[in-house]
Amino acid sequence: MARYFLARFLGLAMVLLATSFLVFSAIHLAPGDPVTFLLKGHPATPEAKAAVRAQYHLDDPFLSQYAQWLGDVCAGDFGRSVQFRQDVGALIASRLPTTLFLIGYAALLIVLAGVLLGIVAALRPGFVDRFVLIGTGVATATPSFVASIGLVSVFSVKLGWFPTFGGGQGFAGRVEHLTLPAVALAFTLSGLLARVTRSSMLDELAREHVEVARARGVAETDVVRRHVLRNALGPIVTVVGTMIAGLLVTTSIVETAFSVPGVGGLLVSSVNVKDFPVVQAVTLLTVAAFVLVNLVVDLLQPLVDPRLSPTGRGAS
Amino acid sequence: MAFLEIDELTVRLPQGRAARPILDGVSLRVGEGESVGLVGESGSGKSVACRSVLGLLPEGAAVSGAVRVGGRDVLGMRRAELRSLRAREVAMVFQDPRASVNPMRRVGDFLTEGLRAAGTAPAVAARRAVELLEAVGIRDPEGAMRRYPHHFSGGMLQRVVIAAALAGEPSLLLADEPTTALDVTTQAEVIAILTRLQAERGTGMLFVTHDLELAAAVCDRVYVMYAGRIVETQTAAGLFARPRHPYTAGLLASTPRLDPDAGPPKPIPGRPVSLAEAPTGCAFAARCAQVRPECLVEPPALVRADDAYAACFRVDEGIVT
Ligand SMILES: Nc1ncnc2c1ncn2[C@@H]1O[C@H](COP(=O)(O)OP(=O)(O)OP(=O)(O)O)[C@@H](O)[C@H]1O
Ligand SMILES: [Mg+2]
Repeated sequence: MARYFLARFLGLAMVLLATSFLVFSAIHLAPGDPVTFLLKGHPATPEAKAAVRAQYHLDDPFLSQYAQWLGDVCAGDFGRSVQFRQDVGALIASRLPTTLFLIGYAALLIVLAGVLLGIVAALRPGFVDRFVLIGTGVATATPSFVASIGLVSVFSVKLGWFPTFGGGQGFAGRVEHLTLPAVALAFTLSGLLARVTRSSMLDELAREHVEVARARGVAETDVVRRHVLRNALGPIVTVVGTMIAGLLVTTSIVETAFSVPGVGGLLVSSVNVKDFPVVQAVTLLTVAAFVLVNLVVDLLQPLVDPRLSPTGRGAS
Repeated sequence: MAFLEIDELTVRLPQGRAARPILDGVSLRVGEGESVGLVGESGSGKSVACRSVLGLLPEGAAVSGAVRVGGRDVLGMRRAELRSLRAREVAMVFQDPRASVNPMRRVGDFLTEGLRAAGTAPAVAARRAVELLEAVGIRDPEGAMRRYPHHFSGGMLQRVVIAAALAGEPSLLLADEPTTALDVTTQAEVIAILTRLQAERGTGMLFVTHDLELAAAVCDRVYVMYAGRIVETQTAAGLFARPRHPYTAGLLASTPRLDPDAGPPKPIPGRPVSLAEAPTGCAFAARCAQVRPECLVEPPALVRADDAYAACFRVDEGIVT
């Protein structure tokens, strides 16, 4: 078991190393001279240029620049934002809680709506099932930026129920400000999760052991809970994991649409002005979170299905 | 009055999904503590008949006739009554143990589930499950309770399934081809355990199989089924000594025998009638060597011939094979 964890964490480290290299090279692969955008807004005097070259070690060989940068990153120093003239770490830290709240909120909505709708559709074939299928079909086909525009124009502008922008303070303020963005994020994905849940439930409903449980006098609600839903969890957990990982990326679209002061919005504005230290840091963190979420999902799988236990002895 | 009485049971799928009923006027009795065989080729309706005893019928099927357990009508039971019937009075062992047990739950949970459903306290149910695991010959029963189904071989898992079926102390056991999915040596062990426990406890049994030889070894009486109808019934010994229906004779001739004089097995020509076909006369006529014109007009009724019953127009003439 310990070996398994060690292997997984080594894998995680390798992925992060490779990503960091790509992220770092991007600054050199991007069109244009880094000095020009590093100097954005300042007169490009030869002295200023030289100062920037020195500050960012631009005259060193590429690999040594990378090693220098990587060392700093490992020590928690992501450099300074060109745009905000502020330490990147502090900049991200101030925005991270809003983004994490938004993603958590959206994930909660996705799981609640998706799993419930999926269960209902699987257990009520006929009219209810068809209704859910059509509804989730529409939801799945709606991109989150379209959902954002629709939600803002109806619930903020027309009805005035929710603010149109901002992240909010405190729990109640966050809920008030982030409900629409969370719904916009959850809209497409909960439709998808409902479909995954439904088909996974239908697969399990057809299993013989479900019939055996019924044949033994187990009440139908227990049959559904212990045999159908329990066994259908595998695909649901996997998909929810991928969805949460995906939210780390889609959140930038929604944060921009709702002017939420989160990390995603920061990424978009930094890309626009080529604020490379910020872009690098956010990208690296996103990939790390992505890999971490997948690791958690993989570690959860043996708890869901004892046959997948790495030791082969079940989850005991 | 027999413990299990099936009377003129007809099960018909909705219009358009089948040309003939799955079960067509099936009548069958299992007395208290009696072992009764139900034999027939694949698709003859044995499993559907078995499940009907638990009130489990194909979705949307039209049902007529009666199924009585201990004198009470199963088909008219309300949900709570059905649950108690299934948990306490009639238990079923299915063909494939791998498919019968939820792979994601511990064996102990599987064993105690029926008892718990019937309201037994968890600790009592667990103690009972351990005793039963011991009775079916599983080593380290306490450890087995905590393991998962994939840690067991097919034969061992079928023993677990048998233990689970006996947990509620049922009066009737429905064994639907309990050894078909197992290899030959394991089959013999599982049958031995099943028949021993059943005899010890005085449990009645409806034993479903393809194999006449096995049915004769396990059962007192045998019903032979073809295309949803009972075509013959008599004692196991009588069946071997003097089969009354050409289909039974054909089944006997197609069963590999240990007897060196018996000669090589001869398969029955043709194939069983599918649900999409509805022959007007005797369903077996197309494969029967003794077929006569009247066989094609209407299906023969089950008539008495000495101690046996057979559904054949030529039952009095004896079978020439
Ligand atoms: N739930 C159902 N819905 C529709 N058709 C069914 C259903 N259950 C059984 N049938 C059909 O009824 C017929 C009899 O099936 P059954 O399972 O009773 O056969 P069997 O004698 O048990 O065969 P086998 O030896 O292969 O188990 C088959 O043609 C089968 O396809
Ligand atoms: Mg069957």
